Amino acid sequence: MSTYQLDARRLLCPMPVIKVQNRASELNTGDILEVVCTDPGAVNDVPAWCRINGHEVISAGQEGDEVKIILQIGETDE
Amino acid sequence: MPNQKHKAVSLISGGLDSLLATKVVMEQGIHVEGINFFTGFCVEGHTHAIRKRDQDKPKRNNALWVAEQLGIKLHIIDVIDEYKDVLINPKHGYGANLNPCLDCKTFMVSKALQWLEEHEFDFIITGEVIGQRPMSQRKDTMPVVARDSGAGDRLLRPLCAQNLPATLPEREGWVKREGLYGFSGRSRKPQMALAAEFGFEEYAQPAGGCCFLTDKNYSDKLVDMWQHHSSRDYELDDIMLLKVGRHIRPRDNFKMIIGREEGENKFMEGYRKEFISLFCSSHSGPLVLIDGDVSDEDLLLAASIAARFGQGRTAESVVMEINYPDGQSKPVAVAPIAPANIDEAWYV
Repeated sequence: MSTYQLDARRLLCPMPVIKVQNRASELNTGDILEVVCTDPGAVNDVPAWCRINGHEVISAGQEGDEVKIILQIGETDE
Repeated sequence: MPNQKHKAVSLISGGLDSLLATKVVMEQGIHVEGINFFTGFCVEGHTHAIRKRDQDKPKRNNALWVAEQLGIKLHIIDVIDEYKDVLINPKHGYGANLNPCLDCKTFMVSKALQWLEEHEFDFIITGEVIGQRPMSQRKDTMPVVARDSGAGDRLLRPLCAQNLPATLPEREGWVKREGLYGFSGRSRKPQMALAAEFGFEEYAQPAGGCCFLTDKNYSDKLVDMWQHHSSRDYELDDIMLLKVGRHIRPRDNFKMIIGREEGENKFMEGYRKEFISLFCSSHSGPLVLIDGDVSDEDLLLAASIAARFGQGRTAESVVMEINYPDGQSKPVAVAPIAPANIDEAWYV
């Protein structure tokens, strides 16, 4: 299990979701992905994407002007 | 017989029609996954994210929300680069503005077909309804989408299938034709009744209103950009900036993008390393980006125009900071331009 970072600042949704989706497809089950965004909508959209695609959201929240989301990759079928 | 092993990919826009079309097919025991294409011109999310005054509105991606309501996976695909050719060279032309709806739908179905083949799915679902949209959803253009996309009879439109020839999934018995619908026309009542039947109480409206290219103001700005850039090619940042600010072109060689409120100013801050920017240091006022090659004289004109949009608009003189992308800065004192000297034709 490894931890990875993803910088999705200055991107507006759905680009942060697309970045997370593409990065997650390269990771293994159990890996941790820490995402930083500036679009406030990401605090809803990235967790929604995780829920429907079987990944666990460990935390998601606004910190100042940034949104920080930590997720754990679930079972992958691709 | 309906068969669980058959799989369909559904184009999910986030609107009611694709929600219902997907649900109708899921009800027949088909495994469905959603696909959503991001062209760069999608309305939802962006303006809410940028504009401070919209920040009390719910921020969610409706395609994701729909997928969650349906309990299906959603694959969001970045097609920004490939979409350029659709927009710049539409085979079937534009709608009322720069919306190439027929080519756009054909492109998206063709991309869904590509995904389907890569993932070994069996057919494609869309929420199209005959007569719902003036360009891409007419009785004579819907076969064009099926033909030109290459999807042919693997394209199922569950909401109006009974008005169309039977498709492969119907003929093969993967889905029952009698479980599909025969909607037509612009009325939304049949869809709303079906939504109620399925227990969907909340959904995004209106269908199809999710693209900036259907908006006249946005299209005018895009035409202006094309007229003043060396080619019609564009980057995502180019088309994002058309969504923010007041655009004023006082001279052929440059355009000003003037933030209209705090959220836009903040968003535009991110472009200060790419554009010359102006802001008023003696009074509060908007951030202004300068798009184009400018002379010192042009910058003085821009500064006087920018001053008109700040709190110092009635002052005799204000101090404007001219900031260059390399970090250098120069203050200039200017008199705000008189309103009568702002030519209406400058507004893009």
